[in-house]
Amino acid sequence: MKYIANWALNTAETRGATYADIRVVAQRSRALTTKNGKVGSASDAESVGMSVRVLADGVWGFAASAALGRGAVEKTAAEAVAIAKASARVKRENVRLAPETPAVAEWSTPYKIDPFSVSVEQNLDLLMKIDAELRAVEGITLAETNLNFSREEQWFVSSEGADIHQTKISTGAGYAAYAFAGNEIQKRSYPNSFGGQWQNKGYELIEELKLLENARRIAEEAVALHKADQCPEGRFDLILDSSQLGLQIHESVGHPIELDRVLGMEANFAGTSFLTLDKLNHLRYGSDLVNVVADARQEHGPGLGTFGFDDEGVAAQCTPIISDGLFTGYLSSRETAHTVGLNRSGGTSRAEGWNRLPMIRMTNISLLPGKNPLSLEQLITSTEHAILMQTNRSWSIDDKRYNFQFGTEIGWEIKNGKRVRMLKNPSYSGITTEFWNAMDAVCSRDEWTLWGTPNCGKGQPQQVMGTGHGASPARFRGVSVGSAFKGS
Amino acid sequence: MIFNGDTETGETSTNCEMLTKEQASEVFESVRKLSSADEIEVQFSGGRFALTRFANNTIHQNVAEENQIISVRTVFDGKTARATTNKFDDESLRQVVRSSESLAKVQHPDPDLLPMPGPQEAGEMAGNGVGSTPPRHFEETAAITPEIRAEGVRKIVGVADRHKLTTAGVFSSAESLEGIFNSRGLSRWHTQTSAEISITMLADDSSGWQKANSPDVRNLNPLKLAEIATQKAMESARPRDVPAGKYTVILEPAAVLDIIGFMFWDYAGMAILDQRSFLTGRIGTKLFGENITIWDDVTHPLQTGCPFDGEGVRRQRVGLVENGIVKRIVFARATAERMKRSEYKDSVGPIEATGHGFSLPNEIGEMPMNIVFAPVTDPQTVEQMIASTERGILVTRLWYIREVEPFEKILTGMTRDGTFLVENGRAVSGVRNFRFNESLIHMLSNVEAMSTPVRSSGEESFDMVAPAMKVKEFNFTEVTKF
Repeated sequence: MKYIANWALNTAETRGATYADIRVVAQRSRALTTKNGKVGSASDAESVGMSVRVLADGVWGFAASAALGRGAVEKTAAEAVAIAKASARVKRENVRLAPETPAVAEWSTPYKIDPFSVSVEQNLDLLMKIDAELRAVEGITLAETNLNFSREEQWFVSSEGADIHQTKISTGAGYAAYAFAGNEIQKRSYPNSFGGQWQNKGYELIEELKLLENARRIAEEAVALHKADQCPEGRFDLILDSSQLGLQIHESVGHPIELDRVLGMEANFAGTSFLTLDKLNHLRYGSDLVNVVADARQEHGPGLGTFGFDDEGVAAQCTPIISDGLFTGYLSSRETAHTVGLNRSGGTSRAEGWNRLPMIRMTNISLLPGKNPLSLEQLITSTEHAILMQTNRSWSIDDKRYNFQFGTEIGWEIKNGKRVRMLKNPSYSGITTEFWNAMDAVCSRDEWTLWGTPNCGKGQPQQVMGTGHGASPARFRGVSVGSAFKGS
Repeated sequence: MIFNGDTETGETSTNCEMLTKEQASEVFESVRKLSSADEIEVQFSGGRFALTRFANNTIHQNVAEENQIISVRTVFDGKTARATTNKFDDESLRQVVRSSESLAKVQHPDPDLLPMPGPQEAGEMAGNGVGSTPPRHFEETAAITPEIRAEGVRKIVGVADRHKLTTAGVFSSAESLEGIFNSRGLSRWHTQTSAEISITMLADDSSGWQKANSPDVRNLNPLKLAEIATQKAMESARPRDVPAGKYTVILEPAAVLDIIGFMFWDYAGMAILDQRSFLTGRIGTKLFGENITIWDDVTHPLQTGCPFDGEGVRRQRVGLVENGIVKRIVFARATAERMKRSEYKDSVGPIEATGHGFSLPNEIGEMPMNIVFAPVTDPQTVEQMIASTERGILVTRLWYIREVEPFEKILTGMTRDGTFLVENGRAVSGVRNFRFNESLIHMLSNVEAMSTPVRSSGEESFDMVAPAMKVKEFNFTEVTKF
C-alpha cells in the first residue's frame, strides 16, 4: 500500500498541502439473523477504498474514492487540496495541530478464534436453537436473533512520517423475545437490547455469552411482563444493571465530554454540550464514588473503543474524565487539544470507514467499579426501597446533554432488601449532574462488564461508530421514575 | 468492464465515473455468466457525495467521496443470500458471486421465497394509480463545486456576522444511482441529484434552525433560510421557564415529520404478521381525526427517491389513511402471499404487492417511505395558527425521539432550536426546551388545524410532504435547563 500513499502524498504536496494523511481501508462484514424459525438475512459485504486528508491554506480538505489506481489516487489527492482551498474562502483562523511523534507500527486486535473461520452452518444452527428455545415459551409471538462479525484493516500514512498498519476484529450477538397480547407488546433481550453484546474480540465472545443457556428465562420474562404491575410514578431510589448504566454513561458522560461538541462544531446536528471550558477541573460532576475514564488501551478490555492508534495516528491512551466526582478531562483530537491547554491529542479521532473524515469519538468511556467488594445481590440486600431497572428499551437526551429519559425492558421493586414484584414499562429521567451526584453505591469489579454500543451516530454526513462502556450496577438516590407515562 | 484500477502498477486508468445503465447491464451479463445459481439478481448503487460543513462562522470540514457498490443475490432450491462489494475488477466480481453462492447454499430453504419478478410482473404490479415519476436528476445540482458550496456558506455566515450570531450547518450535494437486474429479464435504473442546506444560528442563550433539500439546487435559497433561522434565534432569546404540562402546540412541518415518521414502520404487512405493529386489529378503524389523510406516493412532484423497490417492483401510490381511518398497509411480494394465507387476511385491507419491499433477504419486509399528507380544504399558515391560539407553544424542531410504548405509540423527545410561548395570538417569548411523552394516536386525533403540505426535512425521520399542525393537549412532561 506504500505506493498508494506515496502517489497521494506527492500530489498533495505538489498542489500546496502543508500536511496530508492517507488512509487505505479494507472492511469485511457478515450479518446473520433469524426470525421466528427462519433465516432473516444472510449477507457478506466488503468495502475497500482510500481517503486523503490535507491542510492547505491553513484549513482542511478531504476526499475519498473506492478507486485505487494511480490516476484515481492522484485525482483524489488533488481534489482534497482543491476542497481545502475552497474552504479557505470562509476561514477565521488556521488549524493548529498538536504535535505528534510519527509512529511506525503494526497493531491487531487480540483474538482466539477468527469469527470468519466459523462456518455459516454452525452459526445458523446456534441461532436456530436459540430461536426454538425462545418460541418454546407459550406467549412468545416474535423471536429475533443475530450474529455480526467485522474485520477492518487500515494503512495510515502521513506526511509527517507516520506509517501504521492496524487490524481490528469485532463480534456481536444477541436476541430478543416479544410477547404481544391484548393491547400490549412486551419485550426482553439478551445479553443486551439492540443487537446484544459487541466487543473487539473473536468468536470466543459467542462462547462466553451463554446465549442458549439464557434463552428460556428471557422468553419467560417477556411473557410474565404482561401480568406485572405498571412501574409507579414518583421519586425512588434506583438501581441500574450494568448494561443500562453503560448507556447512561454513553449519553450523559460520553457525548458531553466530546471537545468538538463543546467547541460548537456539532451544533447543527448532534448538538453542543453543557460542559463549557470553564467547567474543567471545577465542576462536581458526580458524587465521590464516580470515577470515569476514557480508555482505548487493550489493558482496559476488548471494547469497541479499543485500538492501537486512532485515525490521526495517535496512540491509544487513558484519560481521567471524572475523578472522585470532579470533572477532569475531555475527549480531544490533534486539532482541538490546544483549546484546553493540552500539548498532545487524547487520541480519540476515528472514522467510520475509508470514505469518512476522522472526528472525535468516544473510546471506552467506563465507570470504574467500586473498590470494596459489593455484588448486585448484596447491593439489593442493603437497599430499603428502590426500583431495579434492567436492559434498555428507549433513550433520549437533549442537545446539550442535561435532561435525559430512559426506559428499560423490565423492573423490579426492591423492599427491605428483597425483590418483591416485577414491574413493566419502567422509566426514569433527570438532569445529568444531579443524577451522577445522587450515586451512593457502585458494585465491584466482579460485576463489571465492558459493554459495546455499535450504533453511535454523529457528524454530517453521519458516521456510525462502535463505543465501549464498562460499568457495574450502581444505586442512585431520589430519582424521578415513571415520567414517561405521566399524563398518558 | 468497469475497473477500479490496477493497484500494483498504477497504469490502468481509474474509473469512478457514474455507471450508466448500459454499463451496468454489461456487468450484470458478466456476473450472470459467473454464476450457476437457479436465479441471480444484481443491484447497483452509489455515486458522488460532497458536503461542506461550517461552525463558528467558518468552514471546518469539507468532504467529497465517490463510491459504487455491486450487490449479488443468488438462489438455489429456495435458498437465497446476498454478497456485496465496491470492487468491480474481474476477480472481485468472481469473488462476490462465490460469496453469495456459498452463503445461499447453506441456508435453510425458505418456503415463502418467490421466484424473482420478471419485467411484466414488476411493472403490472404498479399499474393502479401510478403516474410517471418527475425528473429528479438536474445538471445544475450535479455540477455543484466546492467553490459554489463555499459561496453559499459565505452568504450564510454573512447573515450571522451581521446579527452578531454564531452559525453552524451544512451545504451538501450528491448525484446517485440505483439499479437492479435479474435473470428473469428485469432491469430498472434510477438516477437523481440532491442538494441540502441546514442552518443553526446560535445566540447567547437561544438558537434557531432551518433546513431544506431538493433534487434541484435552484429551489434552495441559503439567504432566506439563514434569515429565518436568525429571526428564530433572536426572538427566542432570554427563554422563560414555563412549566411542563399539556399545551396546544403548533408544530412546524419538520417537527411534524420527525415525530410522525416513527409510525410508518408499522404500515407494513410483515409488521402485522410479526405482531409488532400498533395497527394490529386496527386496520379499517378510525384511529385518527377526520382531517388526517395520508398517502405514500413516490410520484408526487415534491417527493424524491427511486420508483421501484428492492426487488425492482414499481412503487404504487397507496392511500394509507383516509379521513382518520387506516385503510391500507404496504406489501413486498412475499409478504403479500403470506398475508393471503394468514389469519389476518380479512382484516388488513387490500392485499397485493405494492412495491415497497426492501432488498432480499431481510427480516423487516417493507415500509412506505414517500409519505404525502393530503391538503385540507381550509389550510392555515403557521401565522394564522398562532393568531388563533390563546396560550400554546410553537415548536420549530424536535430532537432525539424514541419509542417509549409500541402499541399506543408513545414517543419521547425534546424540543430544540426555536421554542416559543404563544399568548393571545402572538409568539411572545422563547421558552426553555421541553421533553414530551406523547401518543401518536392521541396527537393525530387532536389536530385542530393544518397548513398546506410542503416538502420538509428533519433529522429523526425521512423527508416527507407534510404540513404544520396545531395540536391540542400535547403532553410535555419535563423542562430542561436551556
